[in-house]
Amino acid sequence: MGYPYSHDLEVNTLLSRHFGDEKARTLEGWKELGGYATLPRALEMEPGAITDVVKESGLRGRGGAGFPTGMKWSFMPQEPTGPHYLCCNADESEPGAFKDREILRWVPHLLIEGCLIAARAIRAQHVYIYVRGEFFPFSRLVTDAVVEAYEAGYAGENILGSGWNCDVTVHIGAGAYIAGEETGLMSSLMGGRAEPWIKPPFPAQAGVFGRPTTVNNVETLAAVPMIVAEGADWYRQWGTEKSPGTKLWCCSGHLVRPGTYELPMGIALKDVIYDVCGGAPNGKKIKAVIPGGSSTAMLTADELDCEGTYEGMAEAGSALGTASPIVMDEDTNIVRAMRRIAQFYAHESCGQCVQCREGTSWTAQLLHRIERGEGSLSDIDTLYHLCEQMTGRTICPLADSVVFPLRSSLDKFRDEYETLIRC
Amino acid sequence: MKNPIHPAAASSQAFQIAELRPVERLFEDDEGKDRLEKALSRYPEKRAALLPMLGYAQERNGWVSDESMEQIAGALDLTPAYVRSVATFYTMYNKHPVGRHFIQVCTCISCHLREADEVFERFLAETGTRAGEVSEDGKYTVIEAECLGACGFATAVQVNDRYFENVTPDQVPAILDELD
Repeated sequence: MGYPYSHDLEVNTLLSRHFGDEKARTLEGWKELGGYATLPRALEMEPGAITDVVKESGLRGRGGAGFPTGMKWSFMPQEPTGPHYLCCNADESEPGAFKDREILRWVPHLLIEGCLIAARAIRAQHVYIYVRGEFFPFSRLVTDAVVEAYEAGYAGENILGSGWNCDVTVHIGAGAYIAGEETGLMSSLMGGRAEPWIKPPFPAQAGVFGRPTTVNNVETLAAVPMIVAEGADWYRQWGTEKSPGTKLWCCSGHLVRPGTYELPMGIALKDVIYDVCGGAPNGKKIKAVIPGGSSTAMLTADELDCEGTYEGMAEAGSALGTASPIVMDEDTNIVRAMRRIAQFYAHESCGQCVQCREGTSWTAQLLHRIERGEGSLSDIDTLYHLCEQMTGRTICPLADSVVFPLRSSLDKFRDEYETLIRC
Repeated sequence: MKNPIHPAAASSQAFQIAELRPVERLFEDDEGKDRLEKALSRYPEKRAALLPMLGYAQERNGWVSDESMEQIAGALDLTPAYVRSVATFYTMYNKHPVGRHFIQVCTCISCHLREADEVFERFLAETGTRAGEVSEDGKYTVIEAECLGACGFATAVQVNDRYFENVTPDQVPAILDELD
């Protein structure tokens, strides 16, 4: 199952089963589809036992970094000395990524149930679902679902008579990519500019409002109810030893069938692009793919036979990221595409670190100059130099995010840069 | 006043909408007081209600004026300078009035690969505006947006709180007709 297209592969769908089904949006419809069956069970479990199941399942963070979710939860203090918080990161804004929006808009109650079970596991009493501002239609659906959950006793005080209290608040952003970085998100949630902060302190020690906090991605939290219901071994029947489960792939660019598809971890990138998405339209050849959202290294058409897991994509010299391949056909001007990507990061740099603020902006300007045919060969050296300066020297990885596609495009498509310079 | 909203929803109301209900003093009518009180009830610190209140100001007036920022600062015990530093950080808070239909064309990479630049140019041509300005009749403002998160449905266009997806340049006149 996928959205808006389906595919022929034999796959059991877990998260996306009800994408496209209006019924799943309302509490009544969702309960008929089996929703909210796991929360009562989770309420009878010790918080540590919920964390253990998630740890054993091998679920890894779907926001891009792939950090083991159960381990993240286990960093939270076992004996609370005050409030704990859970932040659901629904600030999806990586160019290429549009998977979380499908969860928000088709199965909001699945997300809410996941949030509540996770909150129980980390002993949180308030869940903030931080949705990017532009997602008005989807934050409205989630908000309606939260209100329904309150009315039905799934959220608020004494949830389902268990004596446990947990509030859920939907909080919307206002157009800042960097609010998707976990410390940037917390800065924003506290009423500040979405400026990331240096770790330590880690969120589990001192996060939002100075209290222990866990930040999890939408897709991660949506996977929690089924893992708690069916068990770790059940979840491990999909995917690989190190990257278990299924993954939402959201594919865009030059494709016959762009869209969001749920596929088992480990599927080859080339199968996603050619079999599931039908390759490039109009019989064109593919030139390059940015596999994990715009902040990952470009692969050429010859490099697509790699395993779609966190490890497999790293081995191929790129990253799984949010599993958001952006596909470019043979007619694509790589320099122009790279300039457009750099322009995004220049626009979205929060400005705290010089290397990022200046580096992203100069990268975009240099690329623009080359694109206009006014570049010189020394500009290529300058771009490489900027890559050096922007790697690993800043508070958050935004500057690194432009380096991955930039350096790989220079390495793999240098001839295109040189042609534009020489013409 | 609109129907009472649940406190859990006080921080997630759409703030880019066509039907404005302008108000000079944000927190003097029942709706403003209610919204502020409900937003404050969701956080342990007053300051956290800042984004929701900036959104509220825009929801009512269509943009966030210096006066609105001062009123919000007063309501949350912040300085106007601090409120301004936050309001100007976020691109979605309009610091100037915009057209009744605020049209954002995503031209970021995935849309860029699928005619977004042409869609953007067509919107400018059809509305007779330059990027960011308000059309003479007050109806339209067209801007380029960074990734709207609808990459598989390129080109994505957002008009106020609505998404239009898979937009091609030829569809632009029909979209504008639909808005009127």
